[in-house]
Amino acid sequence: MTNSTILVLIALMAMFAFAFMRQKSVAVVGGATEALHSLPRYHGYFAALLVLLPGLLVLVLWLATGKMIVENLIVSGLPDELAAVYADRIDLLINRIRLVAENGTGVESDESILAAAARFNQLYARGIIATLVFSFAVGAIGFVHASSKVEPDFRARNSFERILNGVLATSSFLAIAITLGIVASLIFESIRFFQQVPIEDFLFGLKWSPQTALRADQVAAEGSFGAVPLFAGTFLISLLAMLVAGPVGLFAAIYLTQYASQRTRNIAKPVLEILAGVPTVVYGFFAALTVAPLFRSTGAWLGLDVASESALAAGLVMGIMIIPFVSSLSDDAITAVPESLKRGSLALGATTAETITKVLLPAALPGIASAFLLAISRAVGETMIVVMAAGMRPNLTANPLEAVTTVTVQIVALLTGDQEFDSAKTLSAFALGLALFVLTLVLNVFALSMVRKYREAYD
Amino acid sequence: MTDYQPFEHEQDDTGVDWNSPEMQARLHRRNIGDRFFRFVGFFAVTASAFFLVFLLGNIAQKGASGFLQTSIEIDVAFDADILPDPTNLEKDAFAAAVAQVNMQYLIRQALTNRFPEVTGRRDTTRLTRLLSSGARAQLRDIVIKNPELIGTTHRVSLLASDEIDQVVKGNTDVSVDEANRKLTDMELGWLQSLESEGRVTKDLHTRFLTSGDSREPELVGVWGAVAGSGLTLLVTLLTAFPIGVFAAIYLEEFAPKNRFTDIVEININNLAAVPSIVFGLLGLAVFLGLMGMARSAPLVGGLTLALLTLPTIIISARSAIAAVPPSIRDAARGLGASPMQVAFHHVVPLAMPGIMTGTIIGMARALGESAPLLMIGMVAFIVDVPASINDPATVLPVQIFIWADSPERAFIEKTSAAIMVLLFFLITMNGLAIWLRQKFERNW
Repeated sequence: MTNSTILVLIALMAMFAFAFMRQKSVAVVGGATEALHSLPRYHGYFAALLVLLPGLLVLVLWLATGKMIVENLIVSGLPDELAAVYADRIDLLINRIRLVAENGTGVESDESILAAAARFNQLYARGIIATLVFSFAVGAIGFVHASSKVEPDFRARNSFERILNGVLATSSFLAIAITLGIVASLIFESIRFFQQVPIEDFLFGLKWSPQTALRADQVAAEGSFGAVPLFAGTFLISLLAMLVAGPVGLFAAIYLTQYASQRTRNIAKPVLEILAGVPTVVYGFFAALTVAPLFRSTGAWLGLDVASESALAAGLVMGIMIIPFVSSLSDDAITAVPESLKRGSLALGATTAETITKVLLPAALPGIASAFLLAISRAVGETMIVVMAAGMRPNLTANPLEAVTTVTVQIVALLTGDQEFDSAKTLSAFALGLALFVLTLVLNVFALSMVRKYREAYD
Repeated sequence: MTDYQPFEHEQDDTGVDWNSPEMQARLHRRNIGDRFFRFVGFFAVTASAFFLVFLLGNIAQKGASGFLQTSIEIDVAFDADILPDPTNLEKDAFAAAVAQVNMQYLIRQALTNRFPEVTGRRDTTRLTRLLSSGARAQLRDIVIKNPELIGTTHRVSLLASDEIDQVVKGNTDVSVDEANRKLTDMELGWLQSLESEGRVTKDLHTRFLTSGDSREPELVGVWGAVAGSGLTLLVTLLTAFPIGVFAAIYLEEFAPKNRFTDIVEININNLAAVPSIVFGLLGLAVFLGLMGMARSAPLVGGLTLALLTLPTIIISARSAIAAVPPSIRDAARGLGASPMQVAFHHVVPLAMPGIMTGTIIGMARALGESAPLLMIGMVAFIVDVPASINDPATVLPVQIFIWADSPERAFIEKTSAAIMVLLFFLITMNGLAIWLRQKFERNW
């Protein structure tokens, strides 16, 4: 018995409700369906939704909270001596129990934990049965309710559509829920982090070494969480990326909109689209294995000391990745400038280049600026390229030939592998995530509002 | 664009002599400026194209040999004293008995027969390392499949080790000093001797496309990751598609125009630009932390990617729905359809090609996504091919990431080959989207 079986059973029950109520509505009027207010199938749909939605709600609630409830039950039922040992590290204990429950008894030797894990599995199995029974019960109530409603005068279609409207509205509010979820989880974990590490140390500290002491008496493991080197590294790599993507993307857009023939456009646009569609992990591999060694050997030839994970390699490849982004947004901005402005300028004898610099670019400036802002936000949030091609060691430098690390690299480094949920080390990843989210959000909101304002000026 | 020429007549009413040398020079300068702009623009486009060609060419050049694998043919004596007798054993019992046999011994015997000059424990170990550690399992399968071989000496083709494979493919430079490479001159001598007999073959490596991950580069396969990607995308599609389309229908057809729907709209646009790693943090905090779902499972990965693709699907579905002309809605309303019937019977079916195109593009993006999946533990070493959405799994891009981190030389070509597989799927999906768009697109 698994959770997916419940899902299938609820779906089957809903289908049955549909077929049953459809037949029943026909039977009620003795086959003369014109006597019904709603078509028979709407009676069926109505019944199916009344069975499906409550049943699904129960299932989702179980999926969302089931393990938590079972864990709390386990913890309260633990033998006293075990609870005393783990008095303030109850999470650790739960992790051990969970590990056994998920991976089998091979990973653990402690008898009482094995017993707790067995109890976990037992309780969880019971919980699934309870969910099944409960969801069937609410489904049955829905079924009986729908069945009592089958009458010629019942406005089944209207009722069904009202429920459906609710479902549609809920779907669209889910988008808000995602944002709220992001904000809530980031802020919640960050607050827990800032309880351990003062916020000013995080924002203005110059040293990042997220090692925390495992034991209180441990020496030399005092973690420090000054994020400035990470912000600086992110800024440096983003700057390098924009130095590549900005001019190349903008000039590509200018060329494609103003100079290129239709044929060139037909070739160049798909090329840029493919460049945009290449997964970032591929760029990362390319940066780490081709570009970085190339720079290193070129540097050695020129007598420069280039780090094997130089910011330059990561920045350049990230720039290549962002070119299509800049060019397509700038393209839109330039094309949105009314044709009359361009024609007017050309008619006065300006060359195409003069028209571009004196008329088109000033007119398209808000759009282009927002394209650049969105591109910067992309670069700041980009993960795989820097994880694979940039360094791990925090380094406060402006030299692109050295290795730097970024916010995203550190988030990945802190959170890959097993981790405890309440150590400052793990929580600091959420604080970094919050900083990243706020930064990109500001850039995006600013960029989007700029585009919006600009559109109003010409339409 | 042609250069500007001076006017035909010599003077106009401004009193300026447009044909004067200064004016000619000025015009020349301006035309040069224009040509410069044109050239820089052209250069920018060519540079982008060059980057793409260089990137893809580089990957293809490194990865092509990843689909091939070197095998070495050796004459194995299937010793009847060591191997079980198939005549008085059931099939399963025979297989179990064969599994007990030390195949490494047979391999060592075969190799020392071929190179009788090799003595000493260390050199013999070196000799057996010409072959992959997977050769034992290969030999076992051969015996189980062909019991009649027992008691005979037969020439079988077994996988070479990754170091040998790289030398045969020419990826390892053997001209460097012996101390600076993994293979000694002695081993290379054996290889040469085997090659001169035509015993070293390079074949299509079907294992690469059919098996899961491994620690040994010559034994790895992408199928585990492909299956993981498939299961993950299935979860993503099943959650993001209905919710995204429902949300788009509501926002386009039913939502009252008020402050709240404005907020929803701005919110969706912003969500589309949130870095993907932040969605990974959300998945970690909510699905793993709060709900306690299993780490590394396609279920969690799929749900996380669903959060990520939802804005994309909503935006493209909305524009597809908005493109259906109002006359369709008016006609349906005029015939007595309710607003819900108008939406579901007329507008959505007509918008479906556009919605599908947007969804496929969103799915292609999800397929290439790896950062959020690192957060939720899909970055584990997993040998088994996942069979359900609750099994531990990894996905193709993350597999690429894992292999790219591996130190062995042979993993470079395997990583590149895996990238080629990933790009193949991406191109197929995008091609499908383009085909759908062209086949069903209509201008109202």
